[in-house]
Amino acid sequence: MSLLICENASLGYEGRPIVQNLSFTVEEGDYLCVVGENGSGKSTLMKTILGLTPPLKGSIKTGDGLKANEIGYLPQQTPVQRDFPATVREIVRSGCQNRMGLKPFYSKEDKARAEENIRRMGLEELAGRCYRELSGGQQQRVLLARALCATGRLLLLDEPVAGLDPKVTAELYQLIADLNRKDGITIIMISHDLNAALAYASKVLHVGHHLFFGSKEAYLDSEALSGLNREVTA
Amino acid sequence: MNGIFDKLAASLEFPFVRYALIVGTLIALCSSLFGVTLVLKRFSFIGDGLSHVAFGAMAIAMILRLTNEMPLVLVLTIISAVLLLRTGQNTKIRGDAAVAMVSVGALALGYLLMNLFPTSSNLSGDVCSTLFGAFSILTLSQTEVWLSVALSLLVVGLFVFFYNKIFAVTFDENFSRATGVNAPGYNLLIAVIVAVIIVLAMNLVGSLLISALIIFPALSAMRVYKSFLSVTICAAVVSVICAVLGMLIAIVADTPVGSTIVAVNIAAFLSFALAGKLKG
Repeated sequence: MSLLICENASLGYEGRPIVQNLSFTVEEGDYLCVVGENGSGKSTLMKTILGLTPPLKGSIKTGDGLKANEIGYLPQQTPVQRDFPATVREIVRSGCQNRMGLKPFYSKEDKARAEENIRRMGLEELAGRCYRELSGGQQQRVLLARALCATGRLLLLDEPVAGLDPKVTAELYQLIADLNRKDGITIIMISHDLNAALAYASKVLHVGHHLFFGSKEAYLDSEALSGLNREVTA
Repeated sequence: MNGIFDKLAASLEFPFVRYALIVGTLIALCSSLFGVTLVLKRFSFIGDGLSHVAFGAMAIAMILRLTNEMPLVLVLTIISAVLLLRTGQNTKIRGDAAVAMVSVGALALGYLLMNLFPTSSNLSGDVCSTLFGAFSILTLSQTEVWLSVALSLLVVGLFVFFYNKIFAVTFDENFSRATGVNAPGYNLLIAVIVAVIIVLAMNLVGSLLISALIIFPALSAMRVYKSFLSVTICAAVVSVICAVLGMLIAIVADTPVGSTIVAVNIAAFLSFALAGKLKG
């Protein structure tokens, strides 16, 4: 069974559709890259997957026992976070919120889970440090560790390398690829960095005028790509 | 020097002065707790707007000649908090413009009402003490003292209980919502609690100076400390110390309580800013 099933969905705001007739599925272990021009509806799709905006028509559902709140989400950074006084550990622990309900404090298991993900992202040395003093790449790893606290199965990454230098970008892509290949975590990544995205993804979803969903190989000879290239070069 | 202590000791003989100190300390404690969240969520303007609404509500309570003004002011301010938060989330009306409208409107109408239906011969004195606090904390009735104590403890209790959720919602609202935390619900809770804090703090520092009580301790703590927990604890300690110091100075030097507390807070902020710079 699929982790995520999108059937004939129309996505948009306040009744105005941006994307129509969108259908795709995400299987366990997939690495799906969502590409498309700016304003084509990538962010709207992401918000709909997360349940922040309802689809105008059709449905996006989780399957195979995955609950809607078990999607680990790596958002783009907000201005608020840049001067937020919080340690790495405090932020990673907050990823455990989805299993807490009304329980006010973190349990031993929650804390252990946070420590494990801090280790997994190589942040042991930084655990007590202040988030706003870290470099961009380190901050992304902190948010990735937080997302891993929320899920063991599906990660949704929104432009994870935005604003990072090439070396850090490559490291972060490698880290994400390892999570996918070694730990079997399903990845959905939104990106406009087509080349790098295609280097790691197994499937591609192109949103925009031409909708495309299929394997990376099929995408490479498809209409949608030539359409995108035309728009990029134009 | 002895004269000062004699004066303090003599003042502390009066039960109403002791009540005022206890209530003032509690108010300072709970106003500082939510300061960090308000500053970081860019919600400070809501606090400012609500304090003006509280002034308007106080004017209504005065002309109705209520013996106990707090419940009415509390209800009106909470309702405004809920409404302001709603408009703040509506993208069609700019949130800050709506807040400015409501706050200036409440201030103007409050003053107008107090002029049209004067309840005492000393109108400007009444207005001044509502705006700047004067010594109203010393004239709290027994009921108001207990109500203040109960509300303060409730605010502190709610903060401790929801501490981790407040942190999550403040740091990253979208992530919290995506992981199933009811972020709009917590925003509402925060707005309602801020309304309660403002009504409480109005007795201590008056409606124009409330924002200072909420924001200064948080900003001071953020100069030096780097984790959310230590900033919160430091803000609470700074706020309580400043309030107690301010109240004692006000008693000894016969200065207005509210502005003295704010002055002490400003001094604290400057020293923390300096300490932060030196620490690097």
